[in-house]
Amino acid sequence: MSKVNSWIKSGAPWVWLNAAAVSCCILLVLGLMLMIAVPGFGHFWPSKIHEIVTQDDQSRTVLAGQIQDREEVSAQRLRESGLSVPESYDSVRRYLIKVGNRDLSGQDFVWVPELIIAQRSQPLALVVLEREEWGNFYGYLLGLKEDNSLITMATAWEDFEQRLERTSSLRDQISDLEKGRIGSINYRLERLRLRERRLELKGEQDPRAFAEIEEERVALGEEYELLEQDLLALNEEIRRDAALMRTASGEEVEIPLYTILDAFKPNTMGLWGSVGHFFKKSWQFIVEDPREANTEGGIFPAIYGTVMMVLLMSVFVTPFGVVAAVYLKEYARQGLLTRIIRVAVNNLAGVPSIVYGVFGLGFFIYTLGGSLDRLFFPEALPSPTFGTGGLFWASLTLALLTLPVVIVSTEEGLARIPRTIREGSLALGATRWETLWRTVLPMASPGIMTGMILAVARAAGEVAPLMLVGVVKLAPSLPLDGNYPFLHPERKFMHLGFHIYDVGFQSPNVEAARPLVYATALLLVCVTVLLNLTAIRVRNRLREKYRGLET
Amino acid sequence: MSAFPRSEGLAGSGRSERFHRWRKLLDSITRRLISVGGISVIVAVVLILFYLVYVVFPLFLPATSEYESLGHNPAWQNTEPLYVGVEEQIEVGFSIGRNGRIGFFDIDGLAQIEMTQLEPPGGELQAVAEAIQDPGAVAVMDVSGNVLLLQHRYETSFADGVENRRVIPSIEYPYGAQWRALSNGQAARLLAYSEDDTRLVLASAGASSLFVELSSKQQNFLTGEFSLDSRSMQREIDPGITALAISGNGRWLYATNTDGQVLVYSLNDLSLLQTVKVSGEPITEASMLLGGISLLAGDSEGLVSQLFPVRDENNQTTLQLIRQFEGLGGAVRHIKPEYRRKGFAAVDEIGNLALFHTTAGQMVLNEALPAGTPAALAFAPRANGLISLYKGGEAALMRLENEHPEVSISSLWRKVWYENYSEPEFVWQSSAATNEFEPKFSLTPLAFGTLKAALFAMLFAVPLSLMGAAYTAYFMAPSLRELVKPTIEIMAALPTVILGFLAGLWFAPFIEDNLAAVVSMLLVLPVGLLLFAYWWSHYTGPFKSWVREGWEPALLLPVIVALVYLSLLLAEPLQVVFFGGDMRTWLSQEMGVSYDQRNALVVGFAMGFAVIPTIFSMAEDAVFGVPKSLSDGSLALGATTWQTLVRVILPTASPAIFSALMIGLGRAVGETMIVLMATGNTPVMDWSIFEGMRTLAANIAVEMPESEVDSSHYRILFLAALVLFLFTFVVNTGAEIIRQRLRERYSSL
Repeated sequence: MSKVNSWIKSGAPWVWLNAAAVSCCILLVLGLMLMIAVPGFGHFWPSKIHEIVTQDDQSRTVLAGQIQDREEVSAQRLRESGLSVPESYDSVRRYLIKVGNRDLSGQDFVWVPELIIAQRSQPLALVVLEREEWGNFYGYLLGLKEDNSLITMATAWEDFEQRLERTSSLRDQISDLEKGRIGSINYRLERLRLRERRLELKGEQDPRAFAEIEEERVALGEEYELLEQDLLALNEEIRRDAALMRTASGEEVEIPLYTILDAFKPNTMGLWGSVGHFFKKSWQFIVEDPREANTEGGIFPAIYGTVMMVLLMSVFVTPFGVVAAVYLKEYARQGLLTRIIRVAVNNLAGVPSIVYGVFGLGFFIYTLGGSLDRLFFPEALPSPTFGTGGLFWASLTLALLTLPVVIVSTEEGLARIPRTIREGSLALGATRWETLWRTVLPMASPGIMTGMILAVARAAGEVAPLMLVGVVKLAPSLPLDGNYPFLHPERKFMHLGFHIYDVGFQSPNVEAARPLVYATALLLVCVTVLLNLTAIRVRNRLREKYRGLET
Repeated sequence: MSAFPRSEGLAGSGRSERFHRWRKLLDSITRRLISVGGISVIVAVVLILFYLVYVVFPLFLPATSEYESLGHNPAWQNTEPLYVGVEEQIEVGFSIGRNGRIGFFDIDGLAQIEMTQLEPPGGELQAVAEAIQDPGAVAVMDVSGNVLLLQHRYETSFADGVENRRVIPSIEYPYGAQWRALSNGQAARLLAYSEDDTRLVLASAGASSLFVELSSKQQNFLTGEFSLDSRSMQREIDPGITALAISGNGRWLYATNTDGQVLVYSLNDLSLLQTVKVSGEPITEASMLLGGISLLAGDSEGLVSQLFPVRDENNQTTLQLIRQFEGLGGAVRHIKPEYRRKGFAAVDEIGNLALFHTTAGQMVLNEALPAGTPAALAFAPRANGLISLYKGGEAALMRLENEHPEVSISSLWRKVWYENYSEPEFVWQSSAATNEFEPKFSLTPLAFGTLKAALFAMLFAVPLSLMGAAYTAYFMAPSLRELVKPTIEIMAALPTVILGFLAGLWFAPFIEDNLAAVVSMLLVLPVGLLLFAYWWSHYTGPFKSWVREGWEPALLLPVIVALVYLSLLLAEPLQVVFFGGDMRTWLSQEMGVSYDQRNALVVGFAMGFAVIPTIFSMAEDAVFGVPKSLSDGSLALGATTWQTLVRVILPTASPAIFSALMIGLGRAVGETMIVLMATGNTPVMDWSIFEGMRTLAANIAVEMPESEVDSSHYRILFLAALVLFLFTFVVNTGAEIIRQRLRERYSSL
């Protein structure tokens, strides 16, 4: 007993509990990463399709799908829901199966208790079709149709793949036409309308100015007509083929090829095939546009929007933050003023991000943006140009929010430069500015870099203020495109973090969207973690570099 | 040296002179620019603060008014005006005179636009009543109780372009131009009128009788016209009735009398349901408030009382006195409700005008009318003007600037008795579908939710982070510390949207299914850890040398995982033994605790996760920064390492640890995404760990995008932001000052 007593007296249990606290924190971080990584990566892995025959008292059904989840439920609950479970069972395992075919059955997912599964197999011929709408289709390929006449061949799958290739290249052409050239014409027409309105507002009397606009408009109209004919022809072309499919339950359906985005047979894939498919899907996820209210497809516009916002923000925040840090460390006499500035910096860092959003909405958008609109864009009123949330204001708001990050980190960089270097430069006759510009700042650049990287990481993950200042769930056009003047800072944009919130919590079909949310979260976590690790490394290297000089 | 600018030679040529001057100039310009840049950080903070204050400030401004005499209209000279109405733009007014002349006039100059002579069967008109549900619908009664229903309507024409807007008024008689005999030809004094989509109620009072006509409205499908299916009632009453009003739901008729009472009659059979004593003085005027729920009654001393029906525990509805408004001096002559808000204007017989708001329970304006008590008074539909007509043909307009009457300190922070509520409560409910909705802007439940969420987060984060920080700084091997610190930094950098999403979509359902596991974990984890530690301290086997001193956390990683797994296994038997099979059922049935899936436990855990790294790294720096000489001295005197930590190191670092806690609290209070996603966002006030909350920050995120610019709602959301700003300002400034002090103290050690 005294052994225990003396152990307790030595304080060792407390030390152990403290050590456990550290372990808990580490485990939390690792667990969280794992929690996101597993389902996130799993989203792209081609899991096998099971054909399941279920048999209960009344009926026998066949279904095919991918197993999404499994859990143990108490037999009691199943009995209450009307299933007859033998008395010997306390709990029953059940599977969540993604059966797809939403257009036929009305639901994507079904829970199947293991109890009623009579037979389970993985037929090689089962096909997954990714479609533009109604989600995935699972079933067998029976044959192909061209212009409504049936052609069935032994090599139907190869033929099907070729025809799919053809439709997808046609689809690319159509979207090029629609988004690229026709979109550009629409954009130019809108600019013409605004130009005309501006002339009207100015009270322009000269009819020639209006005639010129009218002339351009007619020219654009003609161009549009031509493109539209092309578009019609392409639309005709793409509708040529259709696939005849059979579902697991035996229903036959005809699916036009132009609605099919991708087709594959996961049950025939080996390991390498699966890996290849995994990378292909991951890539598509990054470069494609979202479909079906963001619950399917890729997240390209969200990545693009995030990157644009972060870049624009860096342009604002870096000079400002560096200047403030230089003032604090190099120019100001340490005293009350610098203390107040430090308090201000700390406050900027501590103010809740939503308050920045409120400030951005009120001050930047309604006050500044509203005035800008009245002064420079009266022709577009009453629809606001800068008087509504957009890329520009979002960047500015986040620049304010990340300012302390840059200041603190630049200051640290400056503090590590030994006095001797500044004194050497000044002693050689350089002015303060020359010392700063040619010796101090270049040496402090890793510190500045660290600050920028941390600011970018912070901004990429911030959501609350963005919800108020210009992020939307689906932006019709990108903030940087091929239409003059190319960069459109007034446009609304999509953002990775907001995408997670929106799809995970606001979408009508949360269950179907969940894998996509995990994948998006995984991407966001990877980006922030990588950025932070880079920043930490840069900073450590900086510390190492000046360690010798400090004494 | 590359740092030195290349110069053209040191000979005193003019070029070199100019170059040196240029260098000097550049130096002084940049110095100024950089100073400006440094100071602009302060400017940014001050700008945010001032902008928030600037938006919030108008909430607390009193109403202002501007009195304008409109002149004199000769057409009204020989009669007393009984009623006045005005349209939306305050350009055209409508008046009814005692002599039966009705018509529109121009507000600007009082020129008569149109005039109609009514032919009341009883000769002169006696009273006019307006339907609260429809500002343009008016009932006119003559001295012998004949009633005519009419509507004054306004259309705005833009036929001559947007700038030349014209208001076109018209009078309609929706039920024909016949007079309806309400009192069978007996003399009648008072009139009340209520009309909605399905029914129409008229009530009048003579010397000792009450007359009521109840009609249901039927619309002709072909012509769209309405016809009335009417039924009349009558009863004897005591004399001394001073005003009548009809409840908006058409169930009750309120009458006030000279004994200071409100009498409630059922509109089914005119039986007297209730008598409420409101005042010791005679009641002189009464009116319904917008929505038809509250009755306003003013007495001869100028006191205005608000009453509305309240449902008690037995589901019995009784009319109750809710609050009273003081401010007028003489007998109340007019009570006019606003058409779009729960405010009203009252005028007494000595010519004082006061504007009140019922929800806020406050008077927003009190002024003497220069021309005395008017004969007829009306609000403009937007409540931005009051028009008054006087006996003898004079008219006046009072333009009002009264944007936010519904906001007062008491309506924001104290319990308020809202309409349809059985007692005063804290409620946040900012908007609803109908116009007649009473907005409930109590910030208290939101502030409560904010503190509750922050508290639970701190409860989880503080022990973990402080203990972890102390260990990392004082006991941990340097090489492990170099791994732990970046990990914690990564933890700080994780976007909160990810934490919120995991908490809401994965953790909340997980906890719901495994509630018992959480309970068992609280027990199993510490006990198991201590047992393991004891065993390991006395273990002398071959693995002992694998774990060097300061690497214990690495050793504990698998132990904790195993213990967590054990608690998951233990959960099921625990439930069976202690909680009757299922803990959640047990909670709701035995303890009466309701369980939300997204509750304070989930938020505390998720937000704790976000707060841990903040506290951890600051506290770790603080402990690490304590001069080594202090701990060396303590150890040399024979104290154990633990004693040294608790008695020497922690007290020295305590100010900095305190400031770390403050900053962590500030972060928890302002965090938005986690609470937005991991709580149900219902503004309830309950400390239960199993219920959700709505925080100030989440509330802003949810409601800000939909609020109308410069409305009260918008400004109150800014106020919420200002509260958050000030809270974190105080916390951060305090923490920073403590840190600066501490830094000075250390530098002297």
